[in-house]
Amino acid sequence: MTERIVIVGGGTGGTVLANDLADRLGAAIDAGDVEVTLVNDDPDHVYKPVWLYVPFGQREPEDGRRRLRELVDDRIEVRIDRVTEIDTDAERLRYRDAAVPVDYDYLVLATGSTLAPETVPGLEAGGYDYYSESGAKALREELLSFTEGDLVLSVVGTPHMCPAAPLEFVFMADDWFRERGLRDEVDITYTYPIQRVHGNPHIAEWARPLMDERDISVETFFNAESVDPDGTITSMEGVDLDYDLLVSIPPHRGIDLIEKAGLGDDGWVDVDKHTLEAEAAENVYALGDTADTGVPNAGSVAHYQAGVVGQRIASEIRGRPATATYDGKTLCFIETGMDAASFVEFDYESPPSPAPPSEKLHWSKLAYNESYWLTARGLL
Amino acid sequence: MTEIDIEPAETVDARGAACPGPLMDLIGAIRSAESGAVVCLLSDTEQSLTDVPEWTDEAGYELLATEERDDHYEFYVEKA
Repeated sequence: MTERIVIVGGGTGGTVLANDLADRLGAAIDAGDVEVTLVNDDPDHVYKPVWLYVPFGQREPEDGRRRLRELVDDRIEVRIDRVTEIDTDAERLRYRDAAVPVDYDYLVLATGSTLAPETVPGLEAGGYDYYSESGAKALREELLSFTEGDLVLSVVGTPHMCPAAPLEFVFMADDWFRERGLRDEVDITYTYPIQRVHGNPHIAEWARPLMDERDISVETFFNAESVDPDGTITSMEGVDLDYDLLVSIPPHRGIDLIEKAGLGDDGWVDVDKHTLEAEAAENVYALGDTADTGVPNAGSVAHYQAGVVGQRIASEIRGRPATATYDGKTLCFIETGMDAASFVEFDYESPPSPAPPSEKLHWSKLAYNESYWLTARGLL
Repeated sequence: MTEIDIEPAETVDARGAACPGPLMDLIGAIRSAESGAVVCLLSDTEQSLTDVPEWTDEAGYELLATEERDDHYEFYVEKA
């Protein structure tokens, strides 16, 4: 009997996993013993880290798009559709564009994060973001012509994609305005929801002195409650900040389908953080942002987790014990300006120790962004 | 173990979450709570013992009680 694997979501995690399974199970797929379907509601795969550079006029959103079909091994069925219902008891799901439900033997949820700016009154009307293509393009229009005033970067909700990106944005903005001789005319303020500037205390401890050196004002314990689009953001803690340009990291959530399937709250799947198996259902895995593991929502995490899930599913299909586990491994480059970057590597047991910023690390980051397409193809 | 006489409007179970997950879960629940409502946070992270009072002080919300259970803590916070 054919074993059916369905991967929902063609972002980094889903795409790397599809290619990983094609590699591990190629012969079984060719023999008709295994079928792998990758479902995505967009024909394109989107590489989101490009968006950080769009507001500064350095990259185009199209640079982060490739046809999913071109990235995925031919042995994988790529289905451009949306899953509308999951029944984990029956091991069955429904597609939007199919009349009958489909059975699965293994289901992998890699549906990622969506933005929920509407949860903070006034945020959509009063703020910009670079966490979406449309947001990055709209912010570019504002930022490129911004020459004086108060720029506020507010992290409104966590967890959010790429936890380093808010720090990167203010470091880049500082450098960018400085290089153009405008820094004295632009005040930059960074707000964060807890008592430090980053969720990870080691990264926060490293970043805070850099922010002070660069004259980036900091407001901690700042949880945006409402935004007056005329130029004020107000926190739950009772602080008002006036702004001329507000850049927010909007609240994130997963997709409703996951909560409806009883797999977790707010669209995040409750998983064993080592095996990535869903706690509420058999033969269901989650990875990347979707898996509630407590590690950062980062592409490197999805990449490493995809290898673990691929190995576990392949073992199970071969009737062998699944032994691969995820150890929390996370890699991240952190831009500290327009020409310098740091780098961190950590896992569940070992905390990060940010590398001294250098031009080499900056170019390493840009080089990786170019070679990312090899990662998506399962080659790097 | 003590029993306290507070009926929370919502209980947030953040056991197993690493710092700052529990505090962010509490902030999220308080954000959507009605004024005067009590939110109970369950956390097994020691860091919550300092995170939660620091935030409630900063935000002007009242930490009504902190209870130590066998394997976790309970924090009762009233939204102002």
